Amino acid sequence: MRSMNGTRVVVLGAGIVGAACARELALAGGFQVTVLDRGGAAEATTAHGEGNVLVSDKGPGPELRLAQLSRRLWPEALAAIADGPAGSANGPSGSADAVRAVEWDPKGGIVVATTEAGADGLHRFAADQRAAGVRAEVLDADALAAAEPHVTRDHTAALHYPEDAQVQPAAAAAALLGDALAHGATLRTGCEVLGARTRGGRLTAVRTAEGDLAADLFVNAAGPWSGRLAARLGAPVDVRPRRGDILVTAPLPPTVFHKVYDADYVGAVGSSAEDLQTSAVVEATRGGTVLLGSSRRRTGFDDRLRPEVLAAIAAKALRLFPGLAGVPVMRAYGGFRPYVPDHLPVIGADPRLPGLWHASGHEGAGIGLSLGTARLLRDLVRGTEPEIDPAPFRVDRPAVLGALAPSEESA
Amino acid sequence: MTVRQVVVIGAGPAGLAAAASALAAGAAVTLLDAAERPGGQYHRMLPEEYGAARPGRLHHGWAAFERLRRRVLGHPRCTWLAETAVWALERPEPGHPGLPLVHTLTGPADGTDRPRRTLAPDALVLAPGAHDRVLPFPGWELPGVYAAGAAQALAKGERLVIGDDVLLAGSGPFLLPVAAALLEAGAGVRAVLEANPPRTVARGWARRPWELAEQPGKAAELAEYTALLAHRRVPYRMGRTVIEARGDGRVEEAVTARLRPDWSVIPGSEVTVAVDALCVSHGFSPQLELPLAAGCALLRSPAGEFVAVDGDQLTSCPGVYAAGEITGIAGAPAARTEGALAGWLAGGGDPATPALRRVRRNRDRGRAFAARLAAAHPVGSAWPGWLRPETVICRCEETDYGTLCRAATEEAGAAPRVAKLATRAGLGPCQARICGPTVAELTARLSGNSPGCPADGLPVAAPHRRPIAQPIRLGELASSPAPSEPDTKESTA
Amino acid sequence: MSPRLIRAAADATGRRPGRPLRITVDGEPVTGIAGQSIAGVLLAAGRTSWRTARSGAPRGVFCGIGVCFDCVLTVNGAPDVRACRRRAADGDVVTTQSRVEVADGDVAASQSRAEVADGDVVTTQSRADGSTDGAAGEGA
Repeated sequence: MRSMNGTRVVVLGAGIVGAACARELALAGGFQVTVLDRGGAAEATTAHGEGNVLVSDKGPGPELRLAQLSRRLWPEALAAIADGPAGSANGPSGSADAVRAVEWDPKGGIVVATTEAGADGLHRFAADQRAAGVRAEVLDADALAAAEPHVTRDHTAALHYPEDAQVQPAAAAAALLGDALAHGATLRTGCEVLGARTRGGRLTAVRTAEGDLAADLFVNAAGPWSGRLAARLGAPVDVRPRRGDILVTAPLPPTVFHKVYDADYVGAVGSSAEDLQTSAVVEATRGGTVLLGSSRRRTGFDDRLRPEVLAAIAAKALRLFPGLAGVPVMRAYGGFRPYVPDHLPVIGADPRLPGLWHASGHEGAGIGLSLGTARLLRDLVRGTEPEIDPAPFRVDRPAVLGALAPSEESA
Repeated sequence: MTVRQVVVIGAGPAGLAAAASALAAGAAVTLLDAAERPGGQYHRMLPEEYGAARPGRLHHGWAAFERLRRRVLGHPRCTWLAETAVWALERPEPGHPGLPLVHTLTGPADGTDRPRRTLAPDALVLAPGAHDRVLPFPGWELPGVYAAGAAQALAKGERLVIGDDVLLAGSGPFLLPVAAALLEAGAGVRAVLEANPPRTVARGWARRPWELAEQPGKAAELAEYTALLAHRRVPYRMGRTVIEARGDGRVEEAVTARLRPDWSVIPGSEVTVAVDALCVSHGFSPQLELPLAAGCALLRSPAGEFVAVDGDQLTSCPGVYAAGEITGIAGAPAARTEGALAGWLAGGGDPATPALRRVRRNRDRGRAFAARLAAAHPVGSAWPGWLRPETVICRCEETDYGTLCRAATEEAGAAPRVAKLATRAGLGPCQARICGPTVAELTARLSGNSPGCPADGLPVAAPHRRPIAQPIRLGELASSPAPSEPDTKESTA
Repeated sequence: MSPRLIRAAADATGRRPGRPLRITVDGEPVTGIAGQSIAGVLLAAGRTSWRTARSGAPRGVFCGIGVCFDCVLTVNGAPDVRACRRRAADGDVVTTQSRVEVADGDVAASQSRAEVADGDVVTTQSRADGSTDGAAGEGA
């Protein structure tokens, strides 16, 4: 069922993934795109992250392939947005401003191990990554000191990942969304989805507080809330919130020059533990502040600040940068990552409910993976051959549909 | 039976009164304040090193304050924690009963290696007070432009005079004690400018004149200041304000203008005056980060947001009481009354005690006084008319008005949190303490829409949300706190 | 005229003549009396500004009660001390802070590297931001 103007698509969620999907479909032509969010655009998980565009923390496999595709697409997309679409509301200068605000910075990542075991693990991990096409360069002590003069001398190995990059995530989402709007998409904020309308087993409309919204396709891009949203639509997926906290220091002189993290980080990203995991992730921002992460806890949507978590993050960060001990922390914030038990995103059509698609479950990597996800989704929707194998991300895999035990998180 | 542990945060008029009545109710009290000595901003004490023989010369109600201070600090069940900053309040797990844990740092202001401590109270009284609200205007970031409270704190607390050609401007009766403090210290005060016209002020105060008569302390105090200004021939002008400060590296002149009742500038009324200091206050901002961290509901009033309390000064959080300026701006007498009520009930005192009837009545009068104060000295809605695109709004990050205007009209980036990240307004070291309410007001006006409901678990973007309530150095944060038992002297009770 | 301390003899509070103290500010000696805040010492010595904002604009005391963070400076190596709230102590070594961004990032960076390498605390006087196109979000 197609309208006069092409396939009607409603993207549910105006975070970075929703914005990227909306843009990709709006650019593709033949789609009439509406982006719906119950809050404001980009203000939930997207505005509470660090803005990682990383390949360094991913081992060989489907997620790395998605990360590599995304890493290639980021500069292309930003350049295209900066050029501006003809007839854009903001004109080319508005688009250029939006791209400048993204603060794209291919600063590179440096991973530091502080134990012998950590060094061995790091070298093995890097060797596998190199085989998969990732640039991972060993830094000796002098090279590390030159690259990061304030990092601990007490380290056992260091690797430089020149492909790692950083964006200001809320601005990145705003730039993608702005481009989608310039290409004809529309945005509706403050509008919550309450349920589904189906006909013949097909999703034909979502019920909202402001009435029904009909479309041909619906894309669930609600991040950590996509489990609950999917349940409301009658097709639950096992996407749960995994909380993270970040400390922000007062503005400093230049002290940290790359994204620097300890080798434990990869283990914490890959773990499935419910209890607290922390590892040091340290990087500077354009404002002069230093961001210190990271923590992973599965505690539902519990927004409380936990001093013991912040203390653990501080202690780990000081192990990497002992010279920061006298620096004041002026702010802390937390957010929720969309977590799937097998740590892979969910991208594709929902076989249980025709008309529903998912683009979610990116855990802490959604900013980086958003562009590859959107490209994959576009190809799947259009029925064209995707650049990478979409099968590992399919919706009907056991991790997504298998263990849907009722819990406070997915209820 | 164990003694009830009450933690009182803030040792100004409200906190000190709360500590006194919690002690009277039989509780053990831990009273803490960031300052070295109690008194808050109202009874800001001179440093001990000054050896002042007659400190009371600078204060109203000094003798009573001294008696109260001695009684509370000398009480065997009171632990006084000076120079103690609360850097976090930790709410209990959702659905679990209990009070927030109070995380503190003790030591010189912004010191290093200050020991951490965690207090686990049975009841909590929040009395952190308020600070000047200063609306931005071109040049307000120049050195020599002060919040009015700074001039007063320097004069009363250090015996420092900020200038000889001082202009005071803004709104509210607080400008008068500041002028009096400056005159006492020997400063030259050129004029006091109240932005509201006489009609607004008179209507606000005279709506229920009998209520003013029932706040005799405050009325007499204000009358005294007015007489002092008249005696020293300092003009008190209404319907005029400072709309610009100018100078090379520091303030040298102020541009004043007549205002309409809505604070729009009357063209052609501008006058430039030479000054060496400019003191500004447009009312007060309550310090709401701790109530918000505790989970207390706020109440929006025409004068701004305050902590919502019931007839017992209890907030929406069980066991958490609020007193003083965070519940409404009404001055020291009202703060004392609220503190007395909050402290008694927090301390487990009998809510039916006959003596409380008078306290409650006084508290109600204090609230009425707050309402009249707000009505007499509102902030006129047309004040942004004196802003220019290049006027600094966020002092820390130097975000200007033009940048805020552009951000608010970007459809894709209009959400407050997203705009904040894009403009950096409120992201600097003061953490939006100064610009937060102003940015919220301007953004709401410029974008013309209110944000949708927040996602679960993610707080509403509120100008007063500061989960790290005071800066804590990384080394301090990484260290373990002392055991969570508050050290009290209950054994002697 | 500049801010000044009321002379003890003329002070209605009957305070004693102050016990003198001496601090250094960016290496220059400045005298005050015991009990003054660092902001009070600087103001009484005729300095109305000491911090430099990102634009290069001078800043000093604004709120006077520890709220605005305009008056922060580095005291004995610890950065970001609110001068209006910190009591001056005899011998305090005070350095002023600047957030001016330096166009040549490498110069700024190498300066701060050298200074930080000395001790284990980041205490550089200049808070230059060497990165011209830095990055990363700070969730609000």
